Amino acid sequence: MKAFEPTLFEKSRPGRRATMPPETDCPQVQPEEVLPVGMLRQAPPALPELSELDVLRHFTRLSQLNFSVDTHFYPLGSCTMKYNPRVNEKAATLPGFAAIHPLAPESTVQGALALMHSLQDCLAEVTGMDAISLQPSAGAHGEITALFMISRYFQDKGENRTRVLVPDSSHGTNPASAALAGFEVVTIPSNAEGGVDLEALRANLDSTVACLMLTNPSTLGLFETGIEEIARLVHEAGGLLYYDGANMNALMGLVRPGDMGFDLVHLNLHKTFSTPHGGGGPGAGPVGARGELVHYLPGPCVVQDGETFRTEVPRHSIGRVRTFWGNFLVLVRAYAYIRTHGSQGLQDVSQAAVLSANYMRVRLQERFDLPYQGTCMHEFVLSARNLKAERGIRATDVAKRLLDFGFHAPTVYFPLIVEEALMIEPTETESLETLDSFIEAMLTLAEEEPQTLHDAPHTRPVGRLDETQAARKPVLIWPE
Amino acid sequence: MSYLPHTRADQEHMLQAVGVSCQEDLFASIPPGLRLGRDLCLPPALAEHDLLEHLGQLAARNQVAGRSSFLGAGAYRHFVPSLVETVTSRSEFLTAYTPYQAEASQGTLQAIFEFQTMICRLTGMDVANASVYDGGTAATDAVLMALAQTRRSKVLVSRGVHPHARQILSTYLAAGGGVVEELPLREGRTEVPQVGSDVAAVVIQVPNFLGLVEDGPGLCQAARQAGALAIVAVNDPVSLAVLEAPGAYGADLVCGEAQPIGLPLSFGGPYVGFLAARKELLRRMPGRLVGLTADGQGRRGFCLTLQAREQHIRREKASSNICSNQGLCALAVTVNLALLGPEGLRRAALGSMSASAFARERLARVPGFSLAFSGPSFHEFVLRCPVPPEQILEGLAERGILGGHALGREYPELADSLLVCCTESTRRRDVEELALELEALVQAPVEVTR
Repeated sequence: MKAFEPTLFEKSRPGRRATMPPETDCPQVQPEEVLPVGMLRQAPPALPELSELDVLRHFTRLSQLNFSVDTHFYPLGSCTMKYNPRVNEKAATLPGFAAIHPLAPESTVQGALALMHSLQDCLAEVTGMDAISLQPSAGAHGEITALFMISRYFQDKGENRTRVLVPDSSHGTNPASAALAGFEVVTIPSNAEGGVDLEALRANLDSTVACLMLTNPSTLGLFETGIEEIARLVHEAGGLLYYDGANMNALMGLVRPGDMGFDLVHLNLHKTFSTPHGGGGPGAGPVGARGELVHYLPGPCVVQDGETFRTEVPRHSIGRVRTFWGNFLVLVRAYAYIRTHGSQGLQDVSQAAVLSANYMRVRLQERFDLPYQGTCMHEFVLSARNLKAERGIRATDVAKRLLDFGFHAPTVYFPLIVEEALMIEPTETESLETLDSFIEAMLTLAEEEPQTLHDAPHTRPVGRLDETQAARKPVLIWPE
Repeated sequence: MSYLPHTRADQEHMLQAVGVSCQEDLFASIPPGLRLGRDLCLPPALAEHDLLEHLGQLAARNQVAGRSSFLGAGAYRHFVPSLVETVTSRSEFLTAYTPYQAEASQGTLQAIFEFQTMICRLTGMDVANASVYDGGTAATDAVLMALAQTRRSKVLVSRGVHPHARQILSTYLAAGGGVVEELPLREGRTEVPQVGSDVAAVVIQVPNFLGLVEDGPGLCQAARQAGALAIVAVNDPVSLAVLEAPGAYGADLVCGEAQPIGLPLSFGGPYVGFLAARKELLRRMPGRLVGLTADGQGRRGFCLTLQAREQHIRREKASSNICSNQGLCALAVTVNLALLGPEGLRRAALGSMSASAFARERLARVPGFSLAFSGPSFHEFVLRCPVPPEQILEGLAERGILGGHALGREYPELADSLLVCCTESTRRRDVEELALELEALVQAPVEVTR
């Protein structure tokens, strides 16, 4: 393989052309005739000039430098890199979904509104919530949406609650969202079993606490067994319980956040509901709420009036959190996924995800440390601390060496409470043979010469990159 | 229907290795009282064939925005070459994760780097990020950066900024952190305001929501003279082929929506927000940034950089909470711009302007209709109507025409007006047909009353 693929800008040649837009048959006007002089573009934007084949080859070659679910196993903890069914992709390209305008009269988009309404119902049922808003564009966007709702809710109740509690094992988005929503963030330590330390929780619960943000199963992959007590304590203090749905893949059809006592949830449709990650997005982060909180959901939501669907802003809505209705084509895919599975199918998904994770856990804990013992849910967290102590092999070395074996790395150095963390989530769609070959790779590399790991990856188009240099003297665009 | 690969034998093998007798045992840590203990109330599972039939039926109940659509208002139907979808549907882009493992993600990383470069070249700015959710959230991100940078609390936002963007901003600022003051419009354009020393930013949109081209240099200068940041929102980057780059007339931050340069209308999403800034503001940028670097052997490569700004490192001290962005949509934009080049983008811009100029003149000649404003516009304009616009739109929809956007809800002062948009794919006969339908629609009720 070539050392690198030149950028579009290096390949550009003046005057080279690819596909051109259609020509209108309306009389041509020139910018100078219409636009104010001070607003006329002086020099055309320096976009690259290429042929269509140039462009296709460029991006095909770039694609070949990537790992992806379709080509490699991605045991990324908390990311749920499951198979992305292609029928869902086909659904998203139907012109009746892809070519409709978001501001078309509601009477002309009844199919889209019906789909959204049904998806709202399905997600409310899966989570045990009373209502869902499909507006948030990603998990973190869902988090901040829910925090805005919480803020407004307490404001309306005349309560001055300024603090949000997050466990020390929480996703980084939790404290970041809480801070952005104007709350003071308080970190609650974990106990020896990896659960929320109830003493620390009690000590921090008072009339200034707005909510506790919790992932269950936790980022350690463990079910929070004290959840009933936690819910009771938080509610007794007048606070709310927020469910970070990143790990919902473990629990579908088995336990519902609403039944555990959660008041608000977000889901990651790009995790649990199989919509593709796209190299970093788009996702979708619908938010659900129970009781009075449903009136605070961002609007508009889709409601049904007899045979007709229309949009409506909830009574005390916090307002919009994005343009238009949501990441609609992501919603189409998630709806297709849910309709493919039904109740039993979703339950089977969660059970298989948990079985696969436990199988890998027992096989790998023979050689790697498992700081938090016991049956896991859909993921588990190993530590490379023993390898580091014995042989100087760190989690990052394991991650990079796995690339040479043809596996994407697990999530590393997260959660922060595990030293040299390797967080592994196999998902339900990987075969036993794939799990076994990954396990074998892990056991093999653990015995390799440490230098082989330090120098890894050896088989990728580039080796470890100089991130310090990249940050010290950032080059973020190709110079003109 | 299932995507599970495990055979009965596989399950037995795994259960045995784990040391439990059945799958149920793995859930023993869950308090029994919490278990659902029933089926979820979901519609029955569908086989692929039946699913496609069901989705096809839903899709058929939606009216596609085709040639006879004059609806824009922040979502624009420009031509997108077939190759864009060919690239974005490639497995290695579509099903890749966020490029945290750089050595296994050089394709995604380089494409983002190229996206950042193109956004900077379009907007005339120094740095751009890897994308945010959409044009509306991009404007909020820009304002949050300005509030943090200036440590001032007031934001002047033009009434010409997309109403959704203004609503998002008020949602975000309701929790504290800043107050919004609206800059009124005069003849559809933002007047250059007096900017006080407590103002963090002045936010305008070019062209504005009503289609008019603002006095970018005047407004940016007013902001900067008062020590505030000038934020320019661009909701159709095609316009940047003919309109001056905001960086060239003094913008500190440029935010916007890149849907019109590569994505289908998609009922409003997923779209892709962009955010570009002067380099002094780099460390306040939200979201991912890709930088050029090298490996130990000096080979060129790309990686995520300046991650110390981000939530997974800084937690509550991060510059933003954003994690997932609109990666694949940014790729679509990159491919589309690579295909169009400067010439293609200019053609799209000229075509849109020409069709719009023609429609403006033609529709204003329909008896009872008139132009609301005479100022310079790009591809959208406001048409005053003799009957309620909502009524006109329903009537046109029955004839398969999407006639525009009724402005009354967001601009009560324009309750009699439609926002009409044309692009390079608008044909003369589409405009003529719209003119005739408008004429017929307006005459019909008059005849009845006679």
